[in-house]
Amino acid sequence: MTSVVATNQTILVVGGGISGMTAALEAAETGKQVVLVEKNPYLGGRTVQLYRYFPKMCHPTCGLEINLRRLKANPRIQVLTLAEVTGISGDRGAYSVSVKLKPRHVNSNCTACGECGRAVQTEIADEFNYNLGKIKAAYLPSSMAYPQRYVIDASIIGTADAERAKAACKYDAVDLEQQEETISLNAGAIVWATGWQPYAAEKIVYYGYDRFANVITNVEFERLADPHGPTGGKILRPSDGKEAKNVAFIQCAGSRDENHLRHCSRFCCMASLKQTHYVQEAFGDAGKSTIYYIDIRAIDRFEDFYQKVKTNPNVSFVKSKVARITEDKAGNPVCNGVNVEGYKRYATAHDLVVLAVGMEPSVKGMDIPGEVMSDSSGFIMADPANAGIFGAGCATNALDVNRAVQSATAAALRAIQVVNKVARAEA
Amino acid sequence: MAETKTAAYICKGCDIDKRVDVAALVKTATKSGKMNLVREHDFLCSAAGVAMIQNDIDNEGVTHAALCACSRRAKTEAFNFPNTAISRGNLREGVIWIRPDTDAARETTQEMAEDYVRMACAEVKAMTVPGGNPNTGTVKTLLVVGGGMSGMTSALEASKAGYKVVLVEKTGALGGWAAKLYRRVPTREPFKAPEDNGVTDLVARIEADSNIKVYLSATIAKTDGAPGRFKVEIAIESGAVANEDIGAIIQATGFTLYDANKLPELGYGKSPNVVDQAGLEALAIAAAAAGRPICRPSDGQPVNKVVFVQCAGQRDSSGTHLPYCSGFCCNTSIKQAMYFKDSNPDIDTVVLFTDLRTPGNGEDFYRAAQNKGVIFSKGVVSDVSAAGNACSVKFKDLILNEEVNTQADLVVLATGMVPTSGPDLDQLSEANRVAEGGDPAAKQHVVELMSKSVLNLTYRQGPDVPQFKHGFNDSHFICFPYETRRTAMYNAGPVRRPMDIAQSQEDATGAAMKAIQAMENAGLGRAAHPRAGDLSFPTVRLEGCTQCKRCTVECPFGAIDEDEKRFPLFNESRCRRCGTCMGACPVRVISFENYSVNTVGSQIKSVEVPDEFSEKPRILILACENDAYPALDMAGMNRHEYDPFVRVIPIRCLGSVNTIWITDALNGGYDGVMLMGCKHGEEYQCHFVKGSELGRYRLSKVGDTLKGMNLETERVMDLEVAITDMATLPQKINDYAALIKSFPPSPFKGF
Repeated sequence: MTSVVATNQTILVVGGGISGMTAALEAAETGKQVVLVEKNPYLGGRTVQLYRYFPKMCHPTCGLEINLRRLKANPRIQVLTLAEVTGISGDRGAYSVSVKLKPRHVNSNCTACGECGRAVQTEIADEFNYNLGKIKAAYLPSSMAYPQRYVIDASIIGTADAERAKAACKYDAVDLEQQEETISLNAGAIVWATGWQPYAAEKIVYYGYDRFANVITNVEFERLADPHGPTGGKILRPSDGKEAKNVAFIQCAGSRDENHLRHCSRFCCMASLKQTHYVQEAFGDAGKSTIYYIDIRAIDRFEDFYQKVKTNPNVSFVKSKVARITEDKAGNPVCNGVNVEGYKRYATAHDLVVLAVGMEPSVKGMDIPGEVMSDSSGFIMADPANAGIFGAGCATNALDVNRAVQSATAAALRAIQVVNKVARAEA
Repeated sequence: MAETKTAAYICKGCDIDKRVDVAALVKTATKSGKMNLVREHDFLCSAAGVAMIQNDIDNEGVTHAALCACSRRAKTEAFNFPNTAISRGNLREGVIWIRPDTDAARETTQEMAEDYVRMACAEVKAMTVPGGNPNTGTVKTLLVVGGGMSGMTSALEASKAGYKVVLVEKTGALGGWAAKLYRRVPTREPFKAPEDNGVTDLVARIEADSNIKVYLSATIAKTDGAPGRFKVEIAIESGAVANEDIGAIIQATGFTLYDANKLPELGYGKSPNVVDQAGLEALAIAAAAAGRPICRPSDGQPVNKVVFVQCAGQRDSSGTHLPYCSGFCCNTSIKQAMYFKDSNPDIDTVVLFTDLRTPGNGEDFYRAAQNKGVIFSKGVVSDVSAAGNACSVKFKDLILNEEVNTQADLVVLATGMVPTSGPDLDQLSEANRVAEGGDPAAKQHVVELMSKSVLNLTYRQGPDVPQFKHGFNDSHFICFPYETRRTAMYNAGPVRRPMDIAQSQEDATGAAMKAIQAMENAGLGRAAHPRAGDLSFPTVRLEGCTQCKRCTVECPFGAIDEDEKRFPLFNESRCRRCGTCMGACPVRVISFENYSVNTVGSQIKSVEVPDEFSEKPRILILACENDAYPALDMAGMNRHEYDPFVRVIPIRCLGSVNTIWITDALNGGYDGVMLMGCKHGEEYQCHFVKGSELGRYRLSKVGDTLKGMNLETERVMDLEVAITDMATLPQKINDYAALIKSFPPSPFKGF
C-alpha cells in the first residue's frame, strides 16, 4: 500500500504539468507540505512535448531541469504518478481525498538501467510522441522523465513479455503483482491544475484531419521538429516520408468559432510563428511557410517576434479562414478559400498542413469531485464562495506557458491562505 | 565540530562491475583518494546499500562521503544524507554508458573510472556542509509600492495569508488607473457587457484590513538592507518621514498612457474631439454624473459617430513610437464603443484595427460588440484632421484595398502603456560615468534620472530593479515569470509587462506569493530561486582582497556593496549562490562551503595525467550543471559514445569559472579545456542572467595566458550547449578531441 503523509495543513496539487509543478514548488518552498498528483507516469505535462518555446526559442526541458532539481531538493513534496483524484469530500481546511493509483509494475528499486526495455519484444504506440512512433512496452517515457523509473505497460501484463522484463531486472524492480489501489488522504486546500488538451481536430470536418495523412496538428508538428521525436527532428510528412518544405499553418482551427471553441486560445498564433522557424531551420531558403490567419495575436512584447517573422521572405501571410482542405493526386493537401485582402480565390497545394488547434480545458465535461465552478467553455472560474479548491494554469483559461506559471503561483498563495488559517486555528 | 571522517562507496550495479575493475577502484579511493573508509556494494541505491552508508554515518562517524555510482542527477531520493558532505562520482552515465564495451576500450574506460573516483574523493574532502547564513533578517512585513489594482490586490492577498503590509501610494487616493475608468472590461461570464471598475470594493477592503497600513501622497525616499531586513524611509508630502522595517518588496507602480501629443498626425491636441482612452473614460464619467449621454467636447452636442484608432503610437517598427502591443487596448475600445451603443444603438461606432487582439474569453466580448452593431474595419489610419466640430479620418481599408475618408464627431486614440519603472540602470551608470568628469550638465542629467527612481535602493548597482525590454521590469524566463534580478523584489501589473486589470490582479497575487516566500526563506538563511533552499553562501577572506571591485560590479543580483574601507560587503540574503563573484575574483578569496576554487581545483589536480609518450591526452570539460551536464547525462542514457580522454566537472554556472582552473589544468599537463555554458546575449538562457556572458568574457582573456605559456589558443574552447544537445554534443566533443590530438602533447606534462 502506498503511504502518504498528509494533514489538514497539506496542499494537494492535482496535475503535474508546469502549472501543477509550479504551484507545488512555490508552496513547498514557502514551507508547506504538498502532495502532487499526476496522471501520467512522469511530470512535466505538455510543455515537455514542445521542441522550443516562443519567443526565446529556448527548450522547455531547461526549465524542467530546474524545476526537477527544486523538487528533488525539497522533502516537503510527495509525488504520486499514474494517479488520479476520484473523490473529494469535506470542506475547505478539511478535505478528504481519494486517489486512484494505477500500477507502474516497477518499484523504486529501478535504476533506469534499461535492461527490461531491451528484453521486452512488444511495441506499443508512443504516447509521448502523440502516437507518431512506437516504443517498447517497457519504457522510460523520455530521457527527462521524472521519476526516472521505467513503466511496464499494462497491455503486456500476464504475457511472456512481462516475464522477460522481470527476468531481465537484476534489482527486483519489476513487480508484476502490483495492483491498482485507491488511497485516501487529507488536505486543507486543493489546486486543480489539470491543464488542457488540443482541440479534437477531426471535429473540424472540412479540414479532413482524419482523412488526409498530411494534415497534422501543431502539437504533432512539435514532435516532428524535435531531435528527440519520432523522426529525429526531420520534418517529414506522414504519408510518404518526404521532406515537408512547403508548410501551411491554419490559424484558429477550431478556436474563435461558435461551432467549436468560442474562445481564442491565445498561444496558437505565436506557436505557428515559432514553427515557421522550424521550417527555416530545417530547410533554409528552400523551406516555405504560409500562415492563414484572421488576426495575428502576438500580444505585448511578442510583437517583436511577429515583426521579425514578417521580415522573413520565406514566410507569407494570407488573411483568410481556410474554407476547406482537399487533396491533389500527388497526395498534397490543398487549401481552398478566399484571401480577404483583395478578395482573391485560392487553391494552394502544400506539402504539409499544420492545424493550429486550440486549447480545450482538460476539465471540460469532467466531473470534478467537490464544488468547483466552471464557465461555459469549461474553464474553472474563481469562485469567492468556495475558497478551498483553486484552478491554476490552463485549467482556468487559455494561457501561454508564462501566464500559466503566473496563474499557478497565484493559486499557490490562495491555497496557502487556507492552510495558514487552519494552522492558526490549530495553534 | 565533529572530526572529519571520509568514506568512498563504489557501486557495482548497472554493470559497472562488468565494465570496470571495481577492486582497482577501491584501491584508487584508498590510495590516491586517501579515504578513511572504502566500501563496495552490489546495488548501492538499494535499501541495503543506503542503510550501509547511513550506518557508517551514524556509527562510524563518517562526515564526508564520495558516492561513486551514477550521475548526481539520478537516485537523488535514495542518496539523501542531510548534514553529511556528499560528492558523486559518475561511473555510469559518465563512463560505462558513453564508452563501447570492447576489449580495446577497456583500458581507457578503466582509467576514466579511476579518475572519476579520484575526483569524487578530492571534491568531498574540499567540501563542508553548509552551516547557513548567520546574517538573516526575520521581518515578515511586505512593502507594496503603488496603490492601484495590482498593489491593492497584492496587499489584500498577502494579508489574507497572515502577513502585515505597508502600502505606499504616490497620489492622494488609492485606485490608480482603474479608478479613472467608468467601467471595466468584463472578468466573468458571460463576458458580454462592461462591469463596475471594482475599485470601491477593494479600497473598502483595504481600509477595513488591520494588517495593512496605508501611506498616501507618499514615496520611497530610501531602501537599505537586504531581504528580511530592509530599512525603508517613506517620504510623505507633508514633509514627514516614516521608517518601516520590511521583509520583501512588491513594485506595482503601473503605467502612464503613451503621450498622444506625440501623434499630431492623428489630430491629438488639434481638436478637443480627439481624445485618448483615458480622455474618453473621463467623458463617460462626466456624462454619467450629469445623467446624460457622452457629448462632443468641442460644443457639447450629441455624438453620432465615433471612430476608435487602434495601435495609435504602438506596434511601431519605425523606432519613433512604442514597438510593442499593449494588449489591453482592443478590449478597452470594444468596451468604450459599448458605452455609446448601450446608451443609443443608433450611434455609429467604428473600430479601425490591423489585428484585433481579444484573447481568451475576450472573444465573447468582441462577439457581443459585433452583435450590438459595433463596426470593425481592418485599416491603417494615416491622418485625422479637425474641421469645425467634426473630425475627418483618413485610412487605408486593407480589405477593399482603397483609401477612405470618414467623418466622426469623436476620435479615440488607443495609445499604449508606458511603464513607471524608474530609471534604466544602464543609462544611469553611463550618466554617472560621464558626470565623473565634473560637467554640470552631465551631473544634472544624473539628478534627473535619479528623480525618477521608485525604490531608491542604496545598492552599489543602482537604485531600482533592472529593466528587461522596452522599460518593463519583466523576467526574461518563460518558465519563471517572477525572476527579477533583485532578491525579494517583485514587480506586479503593467510595470512588469503590458496587461489588463484581470491579468494584473492574477499577477499581483503571484507576486505576493513570491514575496512571502522570499521573506520566509530569508529568515531561514535559504537562497531564493533558482537554487532555492541552498544554505551555502559566499564568504570572502578580506585579508587577501585587493579591492579590485570585480565582484561588486559583476554580481548579477546586486548582492555585494562596498564598505567604508572599500572592501566588498556581502549581503548574503540578496545572494542567489551562482558563484559569479568567485569566478570573478583574481585573488581567489571568495568561496562557498560546498563549492569553491578548491572543490573544483582539487578535482582538476586529482586527475592522473599520463606522460607525453602515452598518447593519452587529457581534456578538462567544465559543464554548466543546468544544461550541459544533463545533456551529457542524457547522451549516456542513450548510449551516445564520446572520447575517453575527457574528464567532466559540473559547475554551477559558467560565470563561476575562475580562470585559475584553466591555467592550473594547463600547467598540470592537460592538453585542452572545454567550457560548456548556455546561450548568452539578447536571448540568453543563463538562469543567473549574466553568468554565461561574464564567463565567456573572462575566457576571451585567456588567450594571452596561453600565448604566454607557448600553447595554441585553440586548446581552450568555449561551446554553447543547450540541454537538448544530447545527440550532437558527443560529436562536438570528439571533434574537439581530434583537434587536440592534432597538436603536440602539452609540454607541461610531468611537471
